[in-house]
Amino acid sequence: MNFQLIGVNHNSAPVEVRERLAIPETRLPDAIRSLVQQPGVEEGMVLSTCNRVELLTSSNQGSDLRGFLPLYFGVNPDTLNSHIYEFKQRDAVRHVFRVASSLDSMVVGEPQILGQVKEAYAVARGLGAVHSALDVLLSRAFAVAKRVRTETAIGSSSVSIASVAVQLAQKIFGSLNQKTVYMVGAGKMAELAARRLMAGGVGKILFSNRTHERALQLSEAFGGDAVPFDQLHETADRADIVLTSTGATGFLFRREHGERFLARRRNSPMFFIDISVPRNVDPEMARLDGMFVYYIDDLQAVAAGNTAERQKEAARAEEIVEHEVERFTVRIKSLAVVPTILSLQEQCETIRQAEIDRIRGKLGAITPDQEAAIDALTRGIVNKLLHTPITTLKSSTTEPEAATIHDIIRRIFNLNLNNKRPNK
Amino acid sequence: MPLFWLRVALCLYGVGLVYAVVSLWGGRPALTRIMLPAVGLGAIFHLVAIVEYGMLGAVVTPSFLHQGESLLAFLLMAFFFVVYFRYKTASPGVAVFPVVFLLTVFASAPSTLLISPSPGVSNRWIIIHVGLILVGYSALFFSFFASILYLVQERNLKAKLTGGGFWSRLPALAIIDEIGYKCLVFGFPFMTLGLIAGSIVAEARFGSRYFDDPKILLSILMWVVYMVLLYTRWSAGWRGRRAAYLAAFAFAAAVLAWSVNTGWHRFIAP
Repeated sequence: MNFQLIGVNHNSAPVEVRERLAIPETRLPDAIRSLVQQPGVEEGMVLSTCNRVELLTSSNQGSDLRGFLPLYFGVNPDTLNSHIYEFKQRDAVRHVFRVASSLDSMVVGEPQILGQVKEAYAVARGLGAVHSALDVLLSRAFAVAKRVRTETAIGSSSVSIASVAVQLAQKIFGSLNQKTVYMVGAGKMAELAARRLMAGGVGKILFSNRTHERALQLSEAFGGDAVPFDQLHETADRADIVLTSTGATGFLFRREHGERFLARRRNSPMFFIDISVPRNVDPEMARLDGMFVYYIDDLQAVAAGNTAERQKEAARAEEIVEHEVERFTVRIKSLAVVPTILSLQEQCETIRQAEIDRIRGKLGAITPDQEAAIDALTRGIVNKLLHTPITTLKSSTTEPEAATIHDIIRRIFNLNLNNKRPNK
Repeated sequence: MPLFWLRVALCLYGVGLVYAVVSLWGGRPALTRIMLPAVGLGAIFHLVAIVEYGMLGAVVTPSFLHQGESLLAFLLMAFFFVVYFRYKTASPGVAVFPVVFLLTVFASAPSTLLISPSPGVSNRWIIIHVGLILVGYSALFFSFFASILYLVQERNLKAKLTGGGFWSRLPALAIIDEIGYKCLVFGFPFMTLGLIAGSIVAEARFGSRYFDDPKILLSILMWVVYMVLLYTRWSAGWRGRRAAYLAAFAFAAAVLAWSVNTGWHRFIAP
């Protein structure tokens, strides 16, 4: 079994690169299908969030994911290569565990990522792209994430994107009382931010969404007003803080909009928090006096200042992950000998049954008790004989000569398996 | 005796000066904790010196000019403490303390000026004129400095700098803006009344000739810029860069008006 992972994240690539690779929800199944059609790929899944785009596969001989990525996205491979990271085997397992445990997140310990991984897994599983090895890997990753969360305090003082946004807003506006927030789009992250801003004391919240019903739902939940999406530019100047998180592919707010807003607001400052990838706010707008535009990457710098406390917990979490990677590697290796053990048992059982059938004619009439005794006797012999090879096989998985032992046993017992060899 | 108290105040203001320099240099100064009590005490001694001077008889003497500097320094300190207690920020100290220190140095130096005002100039009117103008100057200084802080903070926020150091402990942008605006609004009537009081004295004494004085012209220019500053702020919400340029212009005019003719009006000098 070969695990392979390739991708970009907030550390390896700036938002300009990530936004070109981001896969919208609707296109995710198509991407997964293309991935598993790659030569060599047996299973595959795709994780695409604001901060990362990752392809995870399991294959027999490994596959050329590096070639697939630029081809699928139509991006120049040269521009991409410097931003891509690639992990194999144990390193891939570790990376998956770290991502699910939120150790690789922009804001370490933030809770959203686990849900995002689970969602990506569910989509791939629904398509049948994840069925055996990846299934085992992901199930374990969720267990590891749960362990990290319960055994460390990594998520306790939840410094999320949302609270960073609140902190920045306070640097601009001082008190948030009487301030108006405009939520454009409605993701989970935006909802969380709304909750934080409410707790921070903002006076009023406006909601706008392409599907107006969603905006209405949110406005009912939070006690704000819903604004039809086509009135976005006419109403945005009413807000001091604009939080965008839509799936729009172009800029929703451009420089000329900013100029209009400032004129209508008599130059009172505005704070745009754009957590969407691709970005919704034109960077040109930040050039205007009194316009402050922060993208998801910028929030990282601020968050970094807050996470010092959490570094200690993160170190403990890393230990847990390392331990789990070790356990998982052993387990996945022992999984590799399972087919051999099964066919060994099967072959011996066939021989035993054949021998019993052969001798039965010579024995004449026997009582059920005698038949049971013969059955028990032969079974006992077979089991005793098989005991040592099987335990040797199982225990050998952690040893360097595992492959040799595996091979010898298969030859001795003449097992013609179509199964894979254990991992090297 | 008043000079003694003034020099005690000067020493205490020295702590503030060191604080300002260290703050600008970078690291968080350990001086912060003693800075406020020191300059506070300095301001109290300063007030004692001013009151004692007043009790010696409010006569216009050569040292009266020094009294102007002393009074301006004291007013700046008073402004500093009002802002400090209202907004819980000592950031203006970085600019206020060095200026106060320098003004106090001049005020406590032995007097060397020999010019004396023309006899007969109404003392009371001159004191009112100078006092009002100085309050206006202090307000303008604060407004000017607030607009600089605004620019720095705006730049920090735009550059997404959130690291440590003095500049990261600046108050919120909106607070800096409010300090600047309130100082502007507060100072304007003082400046206006001060100029009117001065005009009344001069008109009564010298007729329309006083308009030839460059100091008067600069003062009027400053007052016009001040008014433009207030108006653009009030009508168009000018803040940040544009407001800072205007404030800098008004401030420069004020400093020039203050220093031209070494303080005294040409028409008064012999």
